[in-house]
Formats: sequence, structure tokens, C-alpha cells
Amino acid sequence: MKIIVCIKQVPERDARLRIASDGKSIDETGLATEINESDQYALEAALRLVEEHGGEVVVACLGPDAAQESIRRALAMGADRAIHLSEDAFQDGDAAATARALAAAIETEEEVDLVMAGLQSDDAGWAQTGVLVAERLGWPSATLIMEIEAEEGGLKVKRELESGWFQWVRLPLPAVLTIQSGINTVRYATLKGIMGAKKKEIKTLSPDHLGLDAGDVGEAGRRIEIARLYEPEKTAEAEMIEGDDAVKAADVLVDRLQKEARVL
Amino acid sequence: MAGAIWAVTESGGDGLKPVSHEVIFAAQVIGDALDMPVEAVVTSAGDGDAAEQAAAREVGCVRLIEDGKLAPYTPDAYTAALRRAIEAEEPGLVLFPHTYQVRDYAPRLAAALDTGFVSDVVGHRVEDGDLVLVRQPYQGKLNADCVFTGEGPNLASLQAGAYLGDEAARGESPAEIVEVDVDLSDVEVRTEVLDTFQEVEDTVDLSRSDVIVAVGRGIGDEENLEIVRELADALGGQLAASRPVCDNEWLPMDRQIGSSGQTVAPRLYVAVGISGAIQHIVGMKGSQTVVAINKDPDAPIFAVSDYGVVGDLFEIVPELTRRVKEVKG
Ligand SMILES: Cc1cc2nc3c(=O)[nH]c(=O)nc-3n(C[C@H](O)[C@H](O)[C@H](O)COP(=O)(O)OP(=O)(O)OC[C@H]3O[C@@H](n4cnc5c(N)ncnc54)[C@H](O)[C@@H]3O)c2cc1C
Ligand SMILES: Nc1ncnc2c1ncn2[C@@H]1O[C@H](COP(=O)(O)O)[C@@H](O)[C@H]1O
Repeated sequence: MKIIVCIKQVPERDARLRIASDGKSIDETGLATEINESDQYALEAALRLVEEHGGEVVVACLGPDAAQESIRRALAMGADRAIHLSEDAFQDGDAAATARALAAAIETEEEVDLVMAGLQSDDAGWAQTGVLVAERLGWPSATLIMEIEAEEGGLKVKRELESGWFQWVRLPLPAVLTIQSGINTVRYATLKGIMGAKKKEIKTLSPDHLGLDAGDVGEAGRRIEIARLYEPEKTAEAEMIEGDDAVKAADVLVDRLQKEARVL
Repeated sequence: MAGAIWAVTESGGDGLKPVSHEVIFAAQVIGDALDMPVEAVVTSAGDGDAAEQAAAREVGCVRLIEDGKLAPYTPDAYTAALRRAIEAEEPGLVLFPHTYQVRDYAPRLAAALDTGFVSDVVGHRVEDGDLVLVRQPYQGKLNADCVFTGEGPNLASLQAGAYLGDEAARGESPAEIVEVDVDLSDVEVRTEVLDTFQEVEDTVDLSRSDVIVAVGRGIGDEENLEIVRELADALGGQLAASRPVCDNEWLPMDRQIGSSGQTVAPRLYVAVGISGAIQHIVGMKGSQTVVAINKDPDAPIFAVSDYGVVGDLFEIVPELTRRVKEVKG
């Protein structure tokens, strides 16, 4: 099975976010990053399928040069090679522009059976890109996947629905799946994996290679403009208790819970 | 943007789901501000009185899209049906609830129409006659103002609870129900639905608990859970968790609170090391008193809390346990 996994590099979970001087984006200088959480689960799921059924795992990443760090990490975890859309023209797109580029990059690969993406990026959070790619490729899709069983010519997958419901769905290959966090336990890269990753191929492609105009991708290809990025207004009706002195904080909180909220 | 605003509804066995009224209300408010007519869209047959319920709201009409291929739900059939309806009627703006079903097919629809889709919207403003949609990227830590670059039909999905469904205006008389002919007989549905089920493995019913202490990824590791368990015991409450804690199998799935877990409304909810993502908040926002303990003063959980302690949970939780034991004797 040949599987392409879309991975996005995002700010580390607890990273302190600073808004850049353009007022529309995040200042990325010195920002610690990681592979988007659900993409890690998607990569793990792909590696397991190929370990069981044979084949190849290729990661595809649209992001600046700095995203090589995440690509190397994915290669160290066991992906065979990578496609990196790093040219400036690709950057700062919305989900529509990003998916257009990723789909075109996937089309340069031969005989792909399966594309996997995370269900949602932890930074932009569009929850769109994987499904957009599916429509661009003209392939069937299933989202929020929690289990995958390979069958003759297709897949049986378990989808998560709302409020504790699930659904088994069958679909033919080639197909696109978006993976929900928790589907498996993500492996760590081994030292051997990290050493091996250095020798693995990272292919960079330009819009030209993909048969796309510069106007189709990146900022120019957007269907949505981010006019402004800002801190939400504090709606905190909460009484905030300073926690530097834990003993005092505990005393104050218990007092409030007893006397004001009357829940103790 | 020219044309109508569509409020695409979702229904279950009892008719319209609550989120559908939220979408109708949002369409009414935005329609008022932009002077665009509002129409409700009801898909699929057999879902109670969904079309009649939508028609009771103040809408120009209800567009009913019926076809045998729409049940059970599949992304192929829904994408084709909505695409045909939109291409025939040319609405300017199509609003959806941000449900799992909409996540599953609306991006396909956006790609098929090659249009903009602002997902998970929490509010809007109208500036110089232009619609600005507000969403919360970076896990709800920041706000982003979004505008469409094209004339439409444009798409947007609304976060559950962002608009108040109860406020959707009712019409003086029922609106007309107009059938939209989408004839899906030529559409190939590639996914086959095999089985839809609820998983019931010795589920603890947290919805009955009076006191819940919920722990998040801030706890760092399974072995640290003990301090939170002790607090729950001291308070006489149940231990619960955010999704990552269950994903990591530090606690079983049936302890998860949120959109893919349980919905609870205890007298006291203590959130320890939980950031307050919307998918968590929908499961606990009905709680009477909410306490959050988090080292990040900007954590979104504080916005839905009554008491917030900013600090290191590893220092605060044991002290809190000690103090609770003292006063409870
Ligand atoms: C479709 C979908 C469904 C989902 N369903 C659910 C669901 O049902 N339930 C759910 O919970 N989530 C759900 N999620 C995930 C959700 O989006 C968040 O990712 C998740 O809730 C985050 O969990 P968390 O707050 O524990 O972790 P994080 O967001 O990582 O937050 C950890 C917090 O701990 C704090 N912290 C760290 N160390 C300390 C310390 N020493 N002292 C004090 N504070 C500390 C940090 O400041 C941070 O705020 C869903 C997501 C999607 C996309
Ligand atoms: N720049 C990118 N490069 C590679 N994959 C991406 C990129 N952006 C989004 N994706 C994939 O699409 C998923 C959903 O992202 P989003 O639509 O932004 O929520 C992510 O989890 C990734 O798998």
C-alpha cells in the first residue's frame, strides 16, 4: 500500500504566542514547534498499515524551510521519504489554497492508494484540508477515523460521531481519511531512526512542477482573508486567585466555595 | 454578496437539532444587517417534522431537499445535493452548524464550488456593509477576523452555542415549504454505511455526580494522577478527564468530558490542567460552579470559570486537598 500522510508543523502546545507586527499572523522567531497532534496519529496509523501489508509511507508538508524539522522527525519515526512545499509562493494560504497545492503534489506521485491527514490543525483549526484534498483528487473520503481495517480493494473504517456514537463505513481505494487523536499510541523515534532519517529523500516541488499558477496557491490563492489576529477580550467573570502561594490560594478558594458558592 | 442567506439545518429522529435553530437565528441577524433574505434548508426525509419546525421560524421559505440517496448520510450524496441546490438557487451565503456531519462534507462542497469556507465561527460584525466572521484559531487562544475574497456563494459553519437558538424569531404564519429537485440518481455514492452504534462498556454515568474533578494534559503523566484522585476523594466527587488524558490511556474513555465524551452539569466542576478547548467546554458548561487551576493566566478555561487559580497544579492541588479535608472534618 502506498500512503501519503499530510503533516503540518505547528507551534508547540504551551508555546507563548506573539502576534506579528502585521497584526495578522504569529511571530515565528524562536517559536518551538511540533508535528500537529492528529497528524502524528495519522502517521502512526500509516506506518502500522505498511508494516502489516507492505508498501511505502510518504509525508507531504506545506510549510517554510523551518518545517524541515518536523519532516525529519516524521522520517525518523519511519516514513520512507518526504515532499516539502517550501517555496514562498505556497505559504500563508487558507485551507483552500493549501489543499490545492497538496492535492497537486499528491498527483505527481504514482499509484497512491491512500492519503491520510489529521482531522484538524492545532493552529489554524479549519478542519477542512484533508476533505478538500479528497474532493480535489476526486476520491472518496471518511473523517474522524478511530480504527482502520484493510480489505480486498478497500478499507473498513470506524468513524467517531457525536456523543459517544460510532459508525463503521466501507470505502474503495484510493481514498482519503482524516484521523482523530487517540486512534493508536504514537511511537517515539529511535536513535537508529534518527540516524537513518538523515539519508532519506526530501523532494521540494515548485508551483510550476505542480502545473499551478502562483495565483492558485499561498496568499494569492486564498478564498478567505484574515483581516486581523488578536487576543480575545477577557470575558472573565471569574474571580482570579493568585496561586504563587499555594497555601493561601487553597484557603481563599475553599472559603469562597463554602461561603459564596455554598458547594462545600 | 448577493442573493439569500441559507441556514442549512440538521435533524434527527425528533426533528430539527438545537444547533439548527442557532443557525436560523444567525441567518436572521446577519440577513437583517446585510439586507439579505433568509431561507432555511432541510435535507432528507423522515426526520420528524423538521421542515414544519423550520417553517415556523421567520424565514422567507424552507427549501426541502429530498432524495432516497440522502439516507443514510454519506458525504458523496450530501455534497452533490447541496451543490446542485446552490448552483440552481444561487444563495450568497450558506450557513451550517459546525457538526461532525458538516465537517465531513462541507469542505468537499467548498472545493466543488471553489469557494471560501469559514469554519467554526463564533461571532460576526458588519463593517462598511461587509461581513466579518470571527473564529478562534490556536485552540481558542486567539481571535481571527475573516472576510471572503469572492462574491459567493460563500460558506460558513457556526460553533455550537455561539448563537442562541431560542432567540430565532417565529413567523406570524408558517413559511412556504419549497421542494428543490436535485435528482441524485446519477450520483455514485462510494462510501457504504455498515453499522451505527453506541459503545457501552461498563460506562460510569458521570452525569449524576454532584462533584466532578476533571484532569487534563497539564498533569503530564499517568503516575501524577494520584494527587487529583485524592482531591476528588476529599471532595466526595468523581474523577473525570479531558480527551488527551483518555487518548493516552491514563484514564478510561468513559471518564471523558466533552463533545465526544459525556455531558455533565454537577454542582461543582474542578478543571485541573485543562486549557478549555470548545470541545471540552460543551461537555461541562452547564455546571453550577466551575473552578479552574491552570498555570497559564490566558487559558480559555478561565472564561467559563467562577474561580480561577493561576499557578502550578502540583503545588496547588495537594494544598487544596489538605484544606478541603480540614473544613470537611
Ligand atoms: C472533533 C473533536 C472532538 C473532541 N472531543 C473532545 C472531548 O470530548 N473532550 C475533550 O476534552 N477534548 C476533546 N477534543 C480535544 C480538544 O480540542 C482539546 O485538544 C483538548 O480538550 C485539550 O485537552 P487539555 O486541555 O487537557 O490539554 P491542553 O490543551 O494541552 O491543555 C493543558 C493545560 O494544562 C496547563 N498546564 C500545564 N502544566 C500545568 C501545571 N503544572 N499546572 C497548571 N496547569 C498546567 C496548560 O497551561 C494548558 O492550559 C476534541 C477535538 C476535536 C477536534
Ligand atoms: N500546510 C500543511 N501541510 C501539510 N498538511 C497540512 C497542512 N495544513 C493542513 N494539513 C493537513 O490537514 C489537516 C487539517 O488541517 P486544517 O484544515 O488546517 O484543520 C492537518 O491535520 C494536516 O494533516
